[in-house]
Amino acid sequence: MKFFKNELLVEYFEDKLAVVGLVVFIILAILACAPALFSPQNPYDLAQLFLENSFQSPNPNFLLGTDEQGRDILSAIIYGLRISLYVGFASTILSVIIGFSLGLISGYYGGWVDTVIMRIADIQLSFPAILIALIIMALWGAGIGKIIIAITIVSWVYYARTARGVVLSEKEKDYAQSAKALGMNSFAIIFTEIMPNVTAPIIVIATVRIAVAIILEATLSFLGLGVPITEPSLGSLIANGYQVLFSGYWWTSVFPGIILMVLIISINLIGDRARDIMNPRLKR
Amino acid sequence: MTKYILNRLFHSALVMFTISFIVFFIMFKAGDPVELMLPPDATQQEVIEMRATLGLDKSFLVQYQKFLVNVSKGNLGNSFIYGQPALDIVFERMPATMELAIISMLLSIIIGIPLGIISSIKPNSILSRIIMFFSLTGISVPVFWTGMILVLIFSVILGVLPSSGRGEVYLFTSAFTVDGIKHLIMPVLTLSIFQLALILRLTRTGMMEVLMQDYIKLAAAKGVPRKVIVYYHALKNTLIPLITVIGIQFGQLVAFTIVTETIFAWPGTGKLIIDSIQNLDRPIVVAYLLVISFIFVAINFIVDVLYTFVDPRVRV
Repeated sequence: MKFFKNELLVEYFEDKLAVVGLVVFIILAILACAPALFSPQNPYDLAQLFLENSFQSPNPNFLLGTDEQGRDILSAIIYGLRISLYVGFASTILSVIIGFSLGLISGYYGGWVDTVIMRIADIQLSFPAILIALIIMALWGAGIGKIIIAITIVSWVYYARTARGVVLSEKEKDYAQSAKALGMNSFAIIFTEIMPNVTAPIIVIATVRIAVAIILEATLSFLGLGVPITEPSLGSLIANGYQVLFSGYWWTSVFPGIILMVLIISINLIGDRARDIMNPRLKR
Repeated sequence: MTKYILNRLFHSALVMFTISFIVFFIMFKAGDPVELMLPPDATQQEVIEMRATLGLDKSFLVQYQKFLVNVSKGNLGNSFIYGQPALDIVFERMPATMELAIISMLLSIIIGIPLGIISSIKPNSILSRIIMFFSLTGISVPVFWTGMILVLIFSVILGVLPSSGRGEVYLFTSAFTVDGIKHLIMPVLTLSIFQLALILRLTRTGMMEVLMQDYIKLAAAKGVPRKVIVYYHALKNTLIPLITVIGIQFGQLVAFTIVTETIFAWPGTGKLIIDSIQNLDRPIVVAYLLVISFIFVAINFIVDVLYTFVDPRVRV
């Protein structure tokens, strides 16, 4: 197992662009983990905001300019990055746990359990995720916890389907059958014998889905249906900035947008590389 | 074959029925807009009367049953806010939305597939790497951000393209007038960049997988020209799975018109649905979602049936 992992890691580092993506992502993640250490000001401490600083274009004091309340955009971006990443990771982890378990159960047991879970998945997949999430959020109101749940509701399906597919082909194989013959209970077979074989494809999907979750959150926040105004993510910063775009205050929306884009590109670069090195069909 | 089609039709009808039930239930739970519709000083008595006239005082099952009976007569109810038939309001706005979605889809296919093929033939060449980097950027950029940047460049800085509205409309579409086309450029670009990048990447992955198969190697060994192999043998097998993706992605496009229409003040269904959800205008929300899901279900159905013709292995 150790050898296998090292080999994959070595292969990962063969692609320069993927390494750049990983480095950029780690930098952004460190910024997001300790925003207070890296931000020039605490953008949500009203005592630190002065109205006479409002709408300053980028200058040495405020590297990326300020918004209408005199808030330093750079600081707002670092704090916003934290919220975007938190929503992206939390919703992905939650959907992996739910989707993965349901998929394993569905594939292993078959029968009506399988039919019910997969019918729900089918109906959900025939609808675009953004539409479902949008309706949920519009009726529920903004909130970080709520948006994490909304994204989970639209994301679990992808893991469930993948996990189910792999289980269906794995459970007939000798090792699973012999575990069964040895009298292992189904629960143990699913989670100790079959699960390791489903992990690789799930990791690949999860990496890409983190990016999708962050985009989804940003889009909903842009429409005013995502995180609350008191805890703005990158998406909400862009939405705020968009309102004053026509007045020429471009920096309030363009900089958060660039960071959002860089974040997502870095995650996608990692996901792309992970998919390439784990896809046996591209290796012969 | 007939049995398969009937089975699929039944399944589609079941999906639509489930959707109507879920949406109706969610909107029922969310409440009604009676208090928004009456003046603020309305008495409790007036509120109760209004509810009774709209039939909103009945239990959920009674309301849903009445809705189903009306649907069977082709009536999806009147909008609470506008007072007109909900279906009419949705249909009136639909051409504007479909125009955006269809033009964007065509653009993505026409540009995405050829670029995907080019980047799959020599995956390590500089051109392929440039194409792939741009396509990665394409799938990484949120739709609303693309729209904003286009507005910033073409409306705020250069001032050459209008940032809102549909412009002059001729025969249900703005694509036939110069003014209309000017209004179309930015919303269509906004919608298609992501789709284009996605189709490009799927074409590339598909082509690369197919090009490694044994029958391709055999064809090459037998001396079939490279061009024939790529554009005939390999492309044929790549396009089949693409049909499904394009079908599903069209649904995504229609959904994302909500974002695009908000940015460009495009008078389609996207803006309508956001307003209606917030106003708790149940008939419009239900009508919109039923029309949209009918379109999705119809596309999925057509794709599935097409599939059985193109690929005999799927025939059940």
